[in-house]
Order: sequence, then structure tokens, then C-alpha cells
Amino acid sequence: MNHIQLLNIEPSDSSRSKGAVRLPPPPKARKFLRITNARILSQIFFFTMFLLAIWATWTTRVGGYPVSRILEMDPLVSIATALATGHVYRFLGWGILVLGLTFLFGRVFCNWICPYGTLHQFVGWLFNTRNTSERWKSNSYRPVYTLKYMILAVLLIMASMGALQIGLLDPICLMYRTFSTVFSPAADMVIVSLEDRLAAAGADGVVLDAVKFAPGVDSRVFVGSFWIGVFLMTLVGMNLVIPRFFCRVLCPLGAMLGAIARFSVFRIDRDVHKCTDCNLCLTRCEGAADPQGKVRLSECFSCMNCIDDCPEDALRFAAVGLDTKQVVPGMSLGRRRAVFAAMAGVLAYPFLKNHGVNTDENYSPKLIRPPGSVEESDFLSKCIKCDQCIKVCPTNVLQPATFEEGGFEGLWTPVMNFNIGHCQLKCTLCSEVCPTGAIRRITVEEKLGKADYASAGPVVLGTAFFDLGRCLPHAMEIACVVCEEVCPVSPKAIQTKDEEVRNVYGEIVLLNKPFMVPDLCIGCGICQVECPVTDSPAVYVTSVGESRSIERRLLLAPRQHAAVASDLIQIQPLKHT
Amino acid sequence: MSDKPVQKPEYVKQPLTRRQFAGRVAAVAGLGGAAAYLALAPEGWLGSLRDTTGLLSKPVVKPFRLHDYRVDKPALAADVGIGRGPTPSERLRKALDAIGGLQHYIKPGDIVVVKPNVAFDRAPNLGATTNPETLETLIRMLLVDCRAQEVRVTDNPIESPPDCFAKSGLNVATGNAGGRVYLPDSNAFKVLNTPGAELIENWAFLHRPFTNVDKVIGVAPVKDHNLCSASMRIKNWYGLLGGRRNQFHQDIHSIVSDLSIMMRPTLTLLDGSNILMKNGPTGGDPSDVKPGNVLMAAVDPVAQDAWAYEHLLERGRNYPRYLFKAEEKGSGRVDWQGRIKEIV
Repeated sequence: MNHIQLLNIEPSDSSRSKGAVRLPPPPKARKFLRITNARILSQIFFFTMFLLAIWATWTTRVGGYPVSRILEMDPLVSIATALATGHVYRFLGWGILVLGLTFLFGRVFCNWICPYGTLHQFVGWLFNTRNTSERWKSNSYRPVYTLKYMILAVLLIMASMGALQIGLLDPICLMYRTFSTVFSPAADMVIVSLEDRLAAAGADGVVLDAVKFAPGVDSRVFVGSFWIGVFLMTLVGMNLVIPRFFCRVLCPLGAMLGAIARFSVFRIDRDVHKCTDCNLCLTRCEGAADPQGKVRLSECFSCMNCIDDCPEDALRFAAVGLDTKQVVPGMSLGRRRAVFAAMAGVLAYPFLKNHGVNTDENYSPKLIRPPGSVEESDFLSKCIKCDQCIKVCPTNVLQPATFEEGGFEGLWTPVMNFNIGHCQLKCTLCSEVCPTGAIRRITVEEKLGKADYASAGPVVLGTAFFDLGRCLPHAMEIACVVCEEVCPVSPKAIQTKDEEVRNVYGEIVLLNKPFMVPDLCIGCGICQVECPVTDSPAVYVTSVGESRSIERRLLLAPRQHAAVASDLIQIQPLKHT
Repeated sequence: MSDKPVQKPEYVKQPLTRRQFAGRVAAVAGLGGAAAYLALAPEGWLGSLRDTTGLLSKPVVKPFRLHDYRVDKPALAADVGIGRGPTPSERLRKALDAIGGLQHYIKPGDIVVVKPNVAFDRAPNLGATTNPETLETLIRMLLVDCRAQEVRVTDNPIESPPDCFAKSGLNVATGNAGGRVYLPDSNAFKVLNTPGAELIENWAFLHRPFTNVDKVIGVAPVKDHNLCSASMRIKNWYGLLGGRRNQFHQDIHSIVSDLSIMMRPTLTLLDGSNILMKNGPTGGDPSDVKPGNVLMAAVDPVAQDAWAYEHLLERGRNYPRYLFKAEEKGSGRVDWQGRIKEIV
């Protein structure tokens, strides 16, 4: 009985107490000049940079700042888009930086840079309820941690066939998306109520506008953002079950860096002669990398906690070669699982593409992409759902797509919702911040079809239509024409036919009945958002006629003179260029 | 005695004492009674939370009232002043001198709100927004010549407010001159009560910039407008409304005349430097714009709009109906004859 009990006790318990008694306390300077403190500073720095980038992704602040740089540094984004498109867009070469770091130091990105990793570690630290021996158990390696390599394989194989889905789980995309659509409006809500309280107290609340994420506009909403928030928070909450659950089990970026970590120059090295097998190095091991035994290089985040916690100075981070007696270099995935993952990846592509809700024959009229977007299948091979475009959009028209617009494949990609906002004529911000070229960088001239782009014509997002049964002048003999008033093109794409009619009460009213000139319409949607029939607007834009796709176009060509054969219509002849 | 089995101490139960029992029962009765009083006592009893109709819990909106910002004009001054000249400062000075000079209206230490037209995300030369040079000159005059304490510039544009202020050039103009832009954040609105208004007796109003304000000046461009023929000085107060303001197009003449009594400004300026002759109120093509060299200053915005309609938009004397409705509501007189002065 006693023997069995003894065997169940963690082997280190006795040695730990011995060690603690034997060792003198570390000198004070060493307490502060620790490498883990340097790591914490790095994490604070990059998390602050991330928040700053989100904050600066706004029309009045963005200027020329590289607000999407953390996305562009993400090697999973670089490599997956390169596989999907065969090219490297704009700044995506920055991914090499992180790859280089990994070849030198292993997965340092995960625990020194990644803002999502920082969030996980912080939450796990703050809400930890485990005692030391429970932490050893929770930080031991488990076979389920190979799942991330299978996820990575599936995502990369799909990408190489042209379906890019890394954005669902890539930690940087996940963070950008959630902070743009969930946390920044939440923070603004808090600031607004603070301002109101300040104003009620007679102080100048306007100064707090500087810290708002979207100052100067009405409060912003993001369709379906509830689920985006729940998705991120569930993964964060999983830290209470398994520490760093997302990083260890799911993260495809971590998997990619883990796969190359075996080649890293520096690694954790344990001096077996000094080691007393006390297990203290496991207490705060972020990656569950078994530093007490054979170090798993693919799992190690280089967080350096083990070095900090070792009472014998038996651990170091050093440039030493691979010794398979002392390290497990690879992913421990196994050939059968690799084949399984590959098959899943190959199957995932037709699963997605044959879903049939976003083909050129059957696509949603609500699938209206931002200006500069490339043709739809090309778009889907580039968009990483980071939603930077949605954050920077000044009118709130850009929204994360739900299943309705683009099916699962298009989930959380940007679509325009003209019930919420409209596409501002002289704004190309979404195309400025897009890291992957799903929204190609365009100028205002190109968007409006001016100067060098006159022969190409303007970028057309869709086409406006009237629902005459709901239109006030057409159906109800009530004056309105807000749509005509706000139509921003010159000459206007919505024009009016002016009629004096006797209404149902016998009064004579002058009605300006609006009609559409499709050749002039650019699908900006301001008519729809301003229509007073607010639930289901009497004038609405659908995606047909978008200029990015020949398959989805409406008019063969804009008519030379958009004058319709009616004398009632006073229309300026088009100055055709 | 010693045979009595000994109870293990951990299983000994301690019965409640009579006192403890009474205390607990009293606590339950007290809390329950208090809760019952709060929930069931008739409405109006002290502390009662009862709401039998469900109407007591309806949110109460307390509307506020705007001040009357008007100042009596000097005895010999005209109601409407017209200034012509090559530069905005010359036009402004001439037009303002004709109605008694800006210093008569703005006193040192005043906080002044200037309301330009920033409705669209348009370049200044397209005539859809207030000329930034005019605004900059005006703010400088207010801060330097009149020693105003603060000049606030505000509008609630149709398109994204930060973009409209930036691309119309009005943000930079305001900053250069030392003014401060107030944008319509979600908490910038409060319900305004305008007695006598047909459509906006109680309506969301861009309240934030108007706290502790002494004087209000409007600066609008002259624009074509399909529905009401022309958008000039009075129509420009539309930009202070919040809510579903686009419904008012169903009765445009009533709303514009309502606006004339909603805001009783100190002064109104109408800028004829870029007149949007057609395709209004958005414009979008430089050929829609007629350049001009006129600026009007007035204490009677109705006469001002009438003169501008006739002379700047060149649309004759068939004035828009809202001007007559504004006259009926006591905001001024359409007939500008003899009340106008041009300093040459």
C-alpha cells in the first residue's frame, strides 16, 4: 500500500524540497535582468503595436502608415497566398522576416511577437487556478497537439488549389478581424458613455475622441460580429481547460513555424549532468515541449520560462546541434496522419467549391465587393478575412459576410451592405490597407474612370434597381426623390420624370418620379442607404453589373449617349471620352 | 454512565436555537414583505415600483431649447449686404460692413458656432460644399478682429463626416484659422424642441457643439436642388438635424421653413464664389459650377435667399414656396427691395 502511494507521487516532490533548501536565493539583479522579462517587454511592445495599428486604421489617421504590417509579416499569409496565386503581393515579402527568425531561434514568434499568443498567455496567467503539480500535468505534451499540423496541411493544400481559408484560424487574421469588428466598437461604446458623463459634469468630453477607434461618426455595427467575438473568446476561454489551447492544438501559423523549428540554430538545451529531474521547468512551459525530457523543438515557443525556473541552471538557450537522444526535432505527426490530412485537404477543395452558392450562375445579389476587388474566384484565392478593409471603411458599409452572401467559403470576407452605409465616391481606403490584393490597390482616378482610366470607365460595384411598388412618388403619389438628390455621379444616374398628378385626395401634386440610367450607375449604394423606405428600400443595389467580372456584367457596353427616347427627360449628353 | 456510546464529534448536529430560528424567519419575512411592497404597492405610493400599464417604464426624453442668437442690427444698416471683389476677405468685409460690421455682432469673449455646408465628400471646386477660403477668412476675422473666445465649426454630412471635412478642405481651413471642428459622434445629438414647427417640434439635433454658445453664424454655398429648386442659406440648417431626416423630402417646403424658426442665427452668409447651377446638390463635375465673386451677409435669411435665387442662380422671381412659408412663420420677408445694400 505504501509502496503504491509512493510510486504515484510525482518523482520530483522530494528532490524539489531538497533543492529549495540547498540553493541560496538568486541575487536581486538577476531577478530583473531575466530573459523572460525581456520577452514580456517584447510582448507588450508588439501587442501595443497591434492595438496602435487597429487604432490607426481609420480614415483620419491611416495616412501612409503600415497599419497592416503585422499581417504582412505573417509567413502563413505570405506562403498560402503565394501558393494560391503564384505571386507575392506588395509587402507580403515581409513574411521572410518571421521565417528567418524561426530558422534562428525556433518559434519565438509565438511567444515574443504574436498578439494572440500574448492574449492567451496573459489570460492563462491571470486566471490560473492550478497548483504546481497540476500545472505539470497541464503542461505535459499530448498527442492531440499534432492536430495543428493536420489543420495546416489541409489549409495549405486547399490554398494551392485556389481556395484560401487560412484566415479562419490564422492568429493574426483572427486578432485583426475580432478587434476591428467586435472590440473596437465595444471600446467606443465605453468611451461614448464616459464622454456623456464628463459632459454632464460640465467637463469637455470631446477630448476623449482621440482614443476612440472610430471618432466623428455615428456608432458602428458589424453584421454577425457576435459570432466573430464568440469564436475568439471561446478559444481564449479554452485556456482554462488546456493552457495555450489554441497555440498548441489549432494554430496553423504555429504549426508552420513548428515544422521549421527543427532547423533552428538556437534551441533549449538541457545539461543532463546538472539536471535533478525536479520537473520545475514544466511548471510554466507554454508550449508543452517537454523540457524535462526530450525537448520537442516543434512545440517549444522559446518562452524561456524553463530557464528561469530551473534551480540547477541545467537549461540554456544555445546554438547546439540536434541530438536525437536529447530532442524530438519534428512534428511527431506520423505518416498515416499526414496522408489523412492530405486527403482531407484534397477533399476540402471540391467540398467548398461545389457548395454552389457563389458561382457565376448562382450568386447572391447581396455579394457586392468593395471597389478594387478582383474577380470573385481570384478574390477567394486572396482574401484572408482579416477585415482591415472593414475597419478602415469610413461609412460602415463594409461588413463581414455571413453564410447568406458567400456561403462558408466567403464567411467574414468583406461585402457591402447598403442598408448600413454607402461606398464613398472618392475613397479607396479599403484598397490601401488590403494586405493580399484581394482588393487591389487603386487610385481615385482608376475608381472613377478619370484621366488614364477614361477608356476603362469607372469601377462599378453593382447596379441600382427600383422597387416601384414601394417607391413613394411611383406607388403613393408622395414627393420624395432623396435618391436623385444624393446620386453622386454627374450627370446623375437617377433622374426624374416630373409629372403633375391628382392624388387620391383630389389634390394636384408635382411628383418627380425617379428612374435609373444603368449606364451611369456605379453601384455606390447611397440611394439605397438614404431611401426613406428603410426596411426593404425602394431603390436597392444588387451585384449584377459589377465591372470586375465579365460573367456578372449587365450591359454589353455603356450607351454612347445615355439619353433615353423620351422628350420628358432633360438629360445632359455624356461627354464621351 | 460510561456505557453510553460516545458520539463522534464530527457528526454532532447543532440545532438552531429559538433565537436563531426567530431571527431567520424574521429576516425572510422582512425581505419578502419589502419586496412585496415594492412590487405590489399601488402606483404613486412612496417607493413603489409598480407599473400597471407598462407606460411608466417608457424612456423619458427631455428635449432642450436653443437660444435666440439674433442681435439687433445698427440703426442705419441694411438687412442684406452684398460684397463683390476678387478675394474672399474683400467680399466678406464689404458684405459685413453693409449690415453694420462683424464687430457689432460678435463681442470679445464670445463662443461662436459657424455652420458651413459639408454635406458631401467633394473637392471645394465642385461647389457642393462651403468655400474653405471663405470659412478660413471668416474664422480669422472672428478670432482676431472680434476677439472671440472660441470658434466651433460643425455639420452632420450625408457622407462620412471625417472624410467630408477633410476633402472639402474645411478641416484644414478651420485648423489653419484656429477654429475647432466638432464631428457628429453618436453621442453628439439631443432632442430639440422647436415650438411652432410643423415637422420637427421634437427632433434629434447636433447638440454637442452648441453647449455654452453665444453666437451662431451660417455660411452656405448656393446650389441647385431638384426637389425644392434651390438649396441656399435656410436649407443649410438641415445639416444640424439627426435621425431619419431624409423623410422630410416628402414635405420639403415645410421642413425648410421649420428650419428657419429652429435656428435664429446671429448672422447668415451666402457664398456665391462657386455656384452649383445644375446637377445639385451633389454636383460632381466642374462644368456644373459657375464661378462668381459675390458674397452676401444678412440678418434676414429669407430676403437673402430670395435675392440669391434671383441673381445668383438666375432663376427669376418665381421663388421657392418655402421662402413664403418661412415668411409666414416670421423668419423674415421675401421682398428684399430697399433692404439691400452693396458697398462698392
